[in-house]
Amino acid sequence: MFLIECPWCGERDMSEFHCGGEAHIARPDQSESMTDEEWAQFVFMRKNSKGRYAERWNHAAGCRRWFNLLRNTATDQILAVYRMGETAPSVATDEPVTPSGEAPIGSGNDAVKLMKPGEAL
Amino acid sequence: MSSKYNVFNLLREGLQGHTGWQAQWREPKLKPAYDAVIIGGGGHGLATAYYLAKNHGMTNIAVLEKGWIGGGNSGRNTTIIRSNYLYDASAAIYNHALDLWTTLGRDLNYNIMMSHRGVLNLAHDEGEARTLKRRVEANRLNGVDSEWLDAKQVKEFCPPISIDVNMRYPVIGATLQRSGGVNRHDAVVWGLARAADSMGVDIIQQCEVTGIRTEAGEVVGLETTKGSIKTPKIASVAAGHSTMIADMVDVRLPIESHPLQALVSEPLKPLIPCVIMSNAVHVYVSQSDKGELVIGAGIDPYVSYTQRGSFDIIEHQMASLMELFPIFSRLRMMRQWGGIVDVSPDASPIISKTKVKGFYINAGWGTGGWKATPGSGHAFADLVAHDRANAIAAPFSLERFVTGDLVAEHGAAAVAH
Repeated sequence: MFLIECPWCGERDMSEFHCGGEAHIARPDQSESMTDEEWAQFVFMRKNSKGRYAERWNHAAGCRRWFNLLRNTATDQILAVYRMGETAPSVATDEPVTPSGEAPIGSGNDAVKLMKPGEAL
Repeated sequence: MSSKYNVFNLLREGLQGHTGWQAQWREPKLKPAYDAVIIGGGGHGLATAYYLAKNHGMTNIAVLEKGWIGGGNSGRNTTIIRSNYLYDASAAIYNHALDLWTTLGRDLNYNIMMSHRGVLNLAHDEGEARTLKRRVEANRLNGVDSEWLDAKQVKEFCPPISIDVNMRYPVIGATLQRSGGVNRHDAVVWGLARAADSMGVDIIQQCEVTGIRTEAGEVVGLETTKGSIKTPKIASVAAGHSTMIADMVDVRLPIESHPLQALVSEPLKPLIPCVIMSNAVHVYVSQSDKGELVIGAGIDPYVSYTQRGSFDIIEHQMASLMELFPIFSRLRMMRQWGGIVDVSPDASPIISKTKVKGFYINAGWGTGGWKATPGSGHAFADLVAHDRANAIAAPFSLERFVTGDLVAEHGAAAVAH
């Protein structure tokens, strides 16, 4: 659970918001000439990145407006909030050091980590 | 393998102070080459290894596990077993799994504590009752045991439940799958690991895959934190981290990874005789053999890999539990945890070849993979061995997201995605 800074209402509890999934997926212009494969890419395929991830949120129980959020999905740290139509700002964050970014002992949950990622056994 | 477990060596070890038990599987060194490598040492990965060795004679294979076997979602689920899905394709795979579960303990010579105690799926309004009754009929056509109970029969089958008509969402009936139930997840993982190891499968723990080597669109090997391996076949069963593995060969997946939480209460005397699931008030609960209530609910609505979820999800599931079982109002919860589930757009799994020859993927089980463990491993092993999907795996190809031939099981998945 995290607090989200709505660009219009300020900091609110995450439960007030609705997550709209990956951001910056533009609806294709030439939809009538697209192949099924291209449609599949647009409709279904997702980046699902571990680390830096741009996503859309809606302040459903507040101003009901959409905005973008840049978040580190490995830590849930919110890196930036920016409005629809804007491009994601470049904010530094700790990306996973291996594909999973997890230590050989412990879990993905920071709170119960026995070792830090990258630490040798 | 250590000797076959039976009552005689239990007795002998009992008299000798349990000093003679051997390790259940080896700790082998990574070999430079294997006939196939399975990424992920959870239930599905180990079941794949077990059936590859047992049914297809492929014993020169390795299971690579980033942490320890069964430490991911296999150790984090609520162990509910059922097969009452709507569509033919789902009924085929989940019922196949249920058939395998019934004899798996004997096959593995390992007590997996399989308990066919029955699974209730509650209906709280007329619309839900209609769709559940439709599912009962669809199940029966597919040979899945399923029946409809009215509220009174629900109360008889599960006495602690409240069927008070003045509830916000009263229980008006339920489907019952008597052959459904629960088992012990650790025992399944250990039993599969022991059996696979005894046939020569190398189980390598604390070994993370860092890259996959391909030549001319074919898998030739992979890099790990313990060295590189040559192999013509890679079978990815990495659950929440499937995307990270598929990214290594530029295969895009329609998967989003979400946290799914569960929690257990303090232990109680035997009280709940079955598994109860409710889509509408959204909670599912069963009682473990230790007496703890094992409680789960929906996924957190955003992509995250943190293995922890939000408090409001727990709040909702506790409120739902209180509504169904007012007697639990003073029950204390002991532990809470989260796992990362790979959610697919149609709430059905992906068991598939990919555009990269020799790279196979088993993913997208979302919130309901545990029940399918042996069926998933069985079908996936067949695919990996023959490079061709069998009748059970075929409907779950990655290709269905292009053709549109989806297996939309959001209703039967019973957990909001």
